[in-house]
Amino acid sequence: MARGGRTAPPAGAPQGAAGISTTGRRAGTILLIVALAAQATRVQVFQADRLNHNAANQRLTIERYSQPRGNILVGAETVTGSAPTGGRYDYERTYTDGPLYAPVTGYSSQTYGNTQLEGTEDDVLSGTDPRLAGWALWDAIARKQSPGGDVYTTIDRAAQQAAMKGLGNQKGAVAAIEPATGRILALASTPSYDPGSFAGSATADQQAWDKLRADTNQPLLNRALRQIYPPGSTFKVVTAAASLAEGVVTDIGAPTGAPYPYIMPGTTTPLVNDTSACNRAGLSLDAAMVYSCNSVLGYLGVQVGLEKMVSTAEAFGFNDAKLDIPVRAARSNFDTAMNPSQVALSSIGQFDTAATPLVMAMVAAGVANGGTVMYPQLVDRLTRSDGTSVQVMHPATYGQAVSPQVAAQVRQLMTDVVEKGTGTNARIRGATVGGKTGTAQQGVDNTGTPYAWFISWAAPAGSTGVPPVAVAVVIADSNATDVTGGGLAAPIARSVMQAVLGG
Amino acid sequence: MATPSAVARPAPRRRPVRTRRNTELALVLAAVLVAVLGYIEVGVNMDGTVPSGAGGYGAALGVLALLAHGVVRWKAPYADPLLLPIAILLNGVGLVVIYRLDRANTRSEAAPTQLLWSTLGVALFIAVVLFLRDHKRLQRYAYIGALVALVLLALPVLFPPVYGSRIWITIGPLSFQPGEFAKILLAVFFAAYLAVHRDALALTGRRIWRVRLPVGRVLAPVLLIWAAFVGVLVLETDLGTSLLFFGLFVVMLYVATARSGWIAIGLLLAAVGAVGVGWLSPHVHGRVTDWLDPLGSIAAGRGANQIAQSLFAFAWGGLLGTGLGNGHSILIGFAAKSDFILATIGEELGLTGLIALFLLYALLVSRGFRTGIALTDPFGRLLAIGLAAIVGIQVFVVAGGVLDLIPLTGMTLPFIAQGGSSVVTNWVIVALLVRMSDVARRPLPVPEES
Repeated sequence: MARGGRTAPPAGAPQGAAGISTTGRRAGTILLIVALAAQATRVQVFQADRLNHNAANQRLTIERYSQPRGNILVGAETVTGSAPTGGRYDYERTYTDGPLYAPVTGYSSQTYGNTQLEGTEDDVLSGTDPRLAGWALWDAIARKQSPGGDVYTTIDRAAQQAAMKGLGNQKGAVAAIEPATGRILALASTPSYDPGSFAGSATADQQAWDKLRADTNQPLLNRALRQIYPPGSTFKVVTAAASLAEGVVTDIGAPTGAPYPYIMPGTTTPLVNDTSACNRAGLSLDAAMVYSCNSVLGYLGVQVGLEKMVSTAEAFGFNDAKLDIPVRAARSNFDTAMNPSQVALSSIGQFDTAATPLVMAMVAAGVANGGTVMYPQLVDRLTRSDGTSVQVMHPATYGQAVSPQVAAQVRQLMTDVVEKGTGTNARIRGATVGGKTGTAQQGVDNTGTPYAWFISWAAPAGSTGVPPVAVAVVIADSNATDVTGGGLAAPIARSVMQAVLGG
Repeated sequence: MATPSAVARPAPRRRPVRTRRNTELALVLAAVLVAVLGYIEVGVNMDGTVPSGAGGYGAALGVLALLAHGVVRWKAPYADPLLLPIAILLNGVGLVVIYRLDRANTRSEAAPTQLLWSTLGVALFIAVVLFLRDHKRLQRYAYIGALVALVLLALPVLFPPVYGSRIWITIGPLSFQPGEFAKILLAVFFAAYLAVHRDALALTGRRIWRVRLPVGRVLAPVLLIWAAFVGVLVLETDLGTSLLFFGLFVVMLYVATARSGWIAIGLLLAAVGAVGVGWLSPHVHGRVTDWLDPLGSIAAGRGANQIAQSLFAFAWGGLLGTGLGNGHSILIGFAAKSDFILATIGEELGLTGLIALFLLYALLVSRGFRTGIALTDPFGRLLAIGLAAIVGIQVFVVAGGVLDLIPLTGMTLPFIAQGGSSVVTNWVIVALLVRMSDVARRPLPVPEES
């Protein structure tokens, strides 16, 4: 700005004319420039974050797709990729074996956003996670974009393939866990979809998306994580564990004292069984599990009582609304306020009891792991693009559901189910397998196709260690005429367990 | 407001006169260097290599700058050494940004045209400095000039409207905005008229409250001319130019009479006019709505309007900007090179670059004011201040508009925005200021005091 000096008109100039003072003039100019600078500061500094995140502002999206996205890996193999598009967005997500891994990866679409691992690990994959930067502060100032990092999953390729192949055209889901660590080995949901079909922003992508959204079979739904089903008789594993833990049963081979017929408390209604083998009094817990007797397990559940049934179920993962693997699983339900007859029904997996395949896999895994339920985890490690780790998964305990002694007794019960009961379809040569079938009625007056369940674990024969795999299978809709857990779901569980044991 | 200082001045004439021509040369070369570096930055950021035209571009700008400087050195050796370098720098930065915006749109070839117009602008600059020996000669043509300006302004009514405004004359491939040229002629007219009648305006007339209103006989011709201009512009729905002329009128009246009441009356009239026009014209009404709630169209499901896109661009730039060529100015839309060119500057050079730019303009305007103060003839004082005010008001109106400080009126950023008539006009303004500052700073023939 002009320094002071010639403030007065030189002599000879008409006094009073053009006599606007320097200060006044300068003030005018300064006022205007201050107003502009203040407004620029307001927009560029104080409102910047809000404006940058406005939904109508495409800059974040453009920036996001301006470089290849990091990859999701199964083992050492990438199951995702990035392809140059030539459009406004430089890169587009691609998927190898898209439908096979869709329940794991989710999708990353330029138009429809990110879900599952693509969503929860988006900061790493897109390169915005500050942990990826070499010099975080400087990179932020210089707006240097870090290359996208990679997400290594815990998925076992063979187990995942076995699960998807086993489910085939049926509507259903599989969750498989490594009991000692909580690592998720397989996460399958059918019908599946190809996340690559709508990754871009072209008309074809929009059409593919609309078609998937309109499909009544809900292919975009991740049934292994996000859908709850009545678990039916598979829940009897929890009831048996609670009975043993509470001392209601001390010897699995001894008569339980369960009456037959068992009239539910406060009602005149007997709890009926599916097999006539169950229709006698004084069955042992072992026999009741082998034949899947409703009357015995319902009776035992009432003896355990609401409070202990709730706490045991919750230790296995029920009623947890924030189960993040890191993708959030739906809340599995076991009611906390019930009358005794409702407790009886809930103890055999009916009434309001409902579980995700993930939580039922946690039940099987907890039993296999000596009663300790490990937190299920889907991510093994996060790395920078150069392969150095920024975060490594450590196994975490979810809860101690029952004591190791009780767990051993429940394992025996489950082994017997597979050896001589309803679960014989899960037997594997050269391996010890424990399991439990479930067939849950659905629909008005049970007219719908029942849900076929199977939960199990398997260890190499003679092994004394923790079984390497536990699995839960649900078939929600099948064309088969005879829908039972043992008939439909057990073979799928077996092939998944075989895949893990064989590897 | 007058401050006739009784304090004895510290006899500046005792010092040897410094023309500061070498300072100007250094600044001019620095300005060319900045522009060439900007050009290279665009190429490096967009292609990863130095653009092939960098040499030619630098040479063209350098030759223009040196020619202009040479003429100033020869014909106006006492001129203010800041005016020319600022003009070169602004024009150079404008060319860089237009080149960068061309690159975002494959069909666009505006930068070479702009360079051509800039050449014409510098040629006119040279012509004015060479041939206009005394600015007081302009006073003689004031009335003819006003008439010509009126005709120029009225002409576009005969041509088809462009983007809702009839402000363009299109002949074949060439198009220009006569309103741009008219503003110089109008400033000359106001200066000439007010210089003659300032005493009557300032000292006669009735006093109402604290404001002395001049007699109608004196004020009427000015008001008439001014009303004719504004009338034509309202017909052409060119709100920006109307606002500019009105602001110029008020500022010059204020400077001529030293009565701050004129500012108050001016603001009052402007407010009444703005409300009236906002009420009557749907075009203007929409702009006021957008100004009050720039993101409202998004909430209403109509997507981001230009103001919203402009604010997005500014916000994305943040403190330091993305770097030339790294922004997303293509999102701003069709006016990215003209009215909204500042948004790209804000996005790619950040708040830092933006404030530097504002300071450059402020410096240019204050140097113009300073020239006016230093001049002894009333006409020259008024003209210099008027011309500087044109630049200042125009910057404020366009920058305030795209920054959502005031409603958008659609004007070009001096020297920077695409548009031949604008660049040429601004070069003429700077030429007149250079010419007048030479007179203002020339040492008086009196050898010494005391």
